[in-house]
Amino acid sequence: MFDHKKGLVVVALENGTVIDHIPPDKLFKVVSILNLDTLDSQLTIGNNLKSSKLGTKGIIKITNKFFEPNVINKIALVAPNAKLNIIKNFQVVEKRNIVLPDEIHDIIQCGNPKCITNNEPVPTLFFVVDKDDVKVKCNYCERMIHQEDIKMK
Amino acid sequence: MNKGSFVSISDYSKEKILKILAIAADFEANPNRNLLENKVVATLFFEPSTRTRLSFETAINRLGGRVIGFSDANTTSSSKGETLKDTIAMVSSYADLIIMRHPLDGAARYASEVSCVPVINAGDGANQHPSQTLLDLYSIQKTQGTLENLNIYLVGDLKYGRTVHSLIIAMSHFNPEFTFIAPEELKMPEEYKQFCDSKGIKYREVSELKDISKADILYMTRVQRERFLDLMEYEKVKNVYTLKNKMLEKTKPNLRVLHPLPRVNEIDTDVDDNEKAYYFQQARNGVFARQAIICDVLGLI
Repeated sequence: MFDHKKGLVVVALENGTVIDHIPPDKLFKVVSILNLDTLDSQLTIGNNLKSSKLGTKGIIKITNKFFEPNVINKIALVAPNAKLNIIKNFQVVEKRNIVLPDEIHDIIQCGNPKCITNNEPVPTLFFVVDKDDVKVKCNYCERMIHQEDIKMK
Repeated sequence: MNKGSFVSISDYSKEKILKILAIAADFEANPNRNLLENKVVATLFFEPSTRTRLSFETAINRLGGRVIGFSDANTTSSSKGETLKDTIAMVSSYADLIIMRHPLDGAARYASEVSCVPVINAGDGANQHPSQTLLDLYSIQKTQGTLENLNIYLVGDLKYGRTVHSLIIAMSHFNPEFTFIAPEELKMPEEYKQFCDSKGIKYREVSELKDISKADILYMTRVQRERFLDLMEYEKVKNVYTLKNKMLEKTKPNLRVLHPLPRVNEIDTDVDDNEKAYYFQQARNGVFARQAIICDVLGLI
């Protein structure tokens, strides 16, 4: 959560999105999933910051950028407990949890080396079959992958 | 994606399965019908196959259609590095229907997405072989008079055998009871046992092919040498899963032995003349089941 009381290690946003409570080892995965490396907006990334919940955490602040739910929810695979704060005029106007979407397009790499998606230039598609236990199924080879075995492209 | 395609047995409901089986029975009674007149069907076999290709091509010929295609990917542009997408895009502009076997898992689903004509999956790697499943169901229904409440014994390679996995999924609509008989290395994967649990289907696991007195269907599969890391293990188990004529003595009169073929040594040739041996008729049923699938996919019936 966005912690006003303890003061911010990174500067406050006027308008934009804060993604908080990212596990430190997943921060750059979140950056890559959301393609933040190609974004023109002003961007602040903090990592290994102190967190009462996680011990340490990562945080990303993006100026003047608001994500569609189907875009931001992609990070649920790596940071299911991340929190989203929408900032307008220095105020948190909305807090959202990350929700795993029903379908995941072209983010996961299929773990099956014989899957067509690992042998031809095919965008991957996975269906989320279990949101609690995080299990996804490849649209193509129909293999099931558990969270701990999920690899990003 | 092309809506008519037949890629995975999981795409078919119970009603749909029963409908296809009823059409297959019609074709068995009357196999030569000109429903595919003026239609061209492409059979693309990127991987060798005897029965599947010949029975699909027989089905097309009996329906009065014409066949183009190949049975060896080395003679095609894919050996020059052409992508599957390009091959399918091209062929789907020539033919009215594509029937494809491919060594990669998921190739059929992908082909159905890029093709503008329906695609029938004739086997995609280790994943699915749904026309085999329907001919298995047809054979079970025909020999037992029903698909409901049967005692089905699956024997051999239950780990990698795609036919047994698809059979479990298809039979799950009909309240079966399964007995899985396999060596430790080739046991039924957890995923399919969990599937049975989720559907309330009873199953037990046995490591030896011994007591088959309660079976209605004995579904044999090949234990492949190349599946074993330790060849000593293979030598130990290979004969434990061989069915011999003598073993059929105290079995139920309605028992039938099925096998997707090719068989190597898991069914002794002395079983062949037993009236309970059904694997060659099963292969023959493949033509009727495939006639039904083709007509259904093309919306001809």
